[in-house]
Amino acid sequence: MSPDVLAVAEHRRGDVREVSYELVTAGRELADATGGDLHVAVISGRIDEFTTRLDLEGVDRIHTVDHGEEFNHDVYTQVVCALADELDPQYVLAPNSVNGLDYAPAVANRLGLPLVTDAVGIEYDGGLTVTREMYGSKVETTVEVDAERAVATIRPGEWVTTEAIGDAEVTPFEFEVDESAVNSEVTGFEEVAGGDVDIADAEVLVSVGRGIEEEENIKLVERLADALGATLSSSRPIVDNGWLPKNRQVGQSGKVVTPKVYIAIGISGAVQHVAGMKGSETIVAVNNDPNAPIFDIADYGVVGDLFDVVPALIEQFE
Amino acid sequence: MKVLVTVKEVAEVEDDFEIADLDIDPRYLEYDLNEWDEYAVEAAVQLAEASDEDVEVVSATIGPERSEETVRMALAKGVDRAVRIWDDDIEAAEFLDVASKVRLLEAVVAEEDPDLVLTGVQANDTGFGATGVALADAVGFEWGAVVNHLDTEGVLEDGVAHVHRELEGGIDEITEIDLPAVLTIQTGINEPRYASLRGIRQAQSKEIAPKALSDLGLDHEAVAGELFLTDMYEPEAESDATYFDGDAGEQASQLATALREKGVGAE
Ligand SMILES: Cc1cc2nc3c(=O)[nH]c(=O)nc-3n(C[C@H](O)[C@H](O)[C@H](O)COP(=O)(O)OP(=O)(O)OC[C@H]3O[C@@H](n4cnc5c(N)ncnc54)[C@H](O)[C@@H]3O)c2cc1C
Repeated sequence: MSPDVLAVAEHRRGDVREVSYELVTAGRELADATGGDLHVAVISGRIDEFTTRLDLEGVDRIHTVDHGEEFNHDVYTQVVCALADELDPQYVLAPNSVNGLDYAPAVANRLGLPLVTDAVGIEYDGGLTVTREMYGSKVETTVEVDAERAVATIRPGEWVTTEAIGDAEVTPFEFEVDESAVNSEVTGFEEVAGGDVDIADAEVLVSVGRGIEEEENIKLVERLADALGATLSSSRPIVDNGWLPKNRQVGQSGKVVTPKVYIAIGISGAVQHVAGMKGSETIVAVNNDPNAPIFDIADYGVVGDLFDVVPALIEQFE
Repeated sequence: MKVLVTVKEVAEVEDDFEIADLDIDPRYLEYDLNEWDEYAVEAAVQLAEASDEDVEVVSATIGPERSEETVRMALAKGVDRAVRIWDDDIEAAEFLDVASKVRLLEAVVAEEDPDLVLTGVQANDTGFGATGVALADAVGFEWGAVVNHLDTEGVLEDGVAHVHRELEGGIDEITEIDLPAVLTIQTGINEPRYASLRGIRQAQSKEIAPKALSDLGLDHEAVAGELFLTDMYEPEAESDATYFDGDAGEQASQLATALREKGVGAE
């Protein structure tokens, strides 16, 4: 085993995704602690362009595998395992993204390594300790990995990025993908969040979550949005229930919004929701649970029952 | 055809809680069927209903006797029978990591030999989001993570799962996955039904087969994981929000002032 760290970059539809740069930071920190090199894997897509973008300070070597345009989990699993066999790194890092979770567990299984997902902090002191959240972000935990090697996925948005150019050695990784073991095929993409309004354009968003309980209660929040001259948006369960169309969903799998004011009503503040609205200038949270994680990022907090607070607020503005 | 759907009883935390040792004090926990698994159960039952042939839907859970309540909910919604894995060794294991769960579920897959396994994307207590894909690799199945659309006809007639995988930012990836496969199911893929009274009555007589490690040909080594929970605490608040005091009317009035200062509501 070498003390090295292997980080697997992510890209989609011709672009390196932001979390790849965060991986470089996390990977460098970890490699500094283990005393090893940081290797970055660039698999499929516009290899040359991605390699240039990922040649950042702190990256020692970039391994490229030119295979197809887009992510395919069978290919990624094979390549990452082969690279791990060749480099014998102590740790393999991947993004805790939808695609990261589509191959990292398979890689860990195939290599017989323990897996820790959704890390918000990583420390190495002769062994790996990972900070993660549990119970819908209500508590933080530390998890010790009792093994010399491991695979970990890191939560997007938790590590800073660097733009400082590096001088990594770039080597094409000679590897023949076993096509007979590729039993899945990506055939296309579909944008699903189109429609009448673009909540990303709104200056003020009134956003409703599962605390609203019933479809007919949405009207109440709609009235507030009208009174404030705001646009109505929501968390995911509201859309899952079919109470509002998909184009109103804020979050990781919905829209990223950065309004002047974001008013979260009956929304707990799950990480996937927060990913879509934490860039708002001013965040207001109305929630009857004083421990709701949304209050951690709120500028103004109203601890109370939305069915009392919202009508009172409507009265203030109508 | 057989569909195996994994279900998990998850703990939800009450508004106010205390931490005792390395977990939330059980007094502040309530138990429920994992949200993502509800959609997986519905997807499995819909497949069975759409088929002319017999499609058997079997659920598998790792959990103590208490979790049978949750399993009954799945049975009441149309799952045919259930397997529940638990014994003293599992109970004694401090933390069931992904690899341990996979070893248990792998044994169930070997025994049941399903064509399709459906799991939830993640369990909302521990949030690892990894068991389905790791299981697929362990049993040599194909897989797809975060599936929010599944074409029933393809599964039943062609042995191919035409799925949408929900990526970040409102983009779906369209993928074809050969069966046998494991799909991890995302919320919103369908509309989970409520259990009917008849379903609830029928569920009482459906089988929940308890399995100990030895029944699965395993021993305590199977749950000797490599991850250990070493601390649990309430995260420090990252920002200090301004809170408004008083009753709802007073809070609303103070908030209104703050909002007007930000230019909200100004004509
Ligand atoms: C891969 C993936 C992608 C996802 N993408 C997204 C996404 O894009 N957007 C998204 O939002 N989620 C997304 N999620 C789901 C996310 O994990 C949460 O399940 C979701 O955000 C929870 O929504 P919520 O806050 O409305 O509901 P809950 O978490 O149920 O919170 C409801 C809140 O309302 C409060 N409440 C209840 N009653 C009242 C009352 N009377 N008055 C005041 N407050 C009350 C409760 O205290 C609670 O805090 C995703 C999950 C996964 C796994």
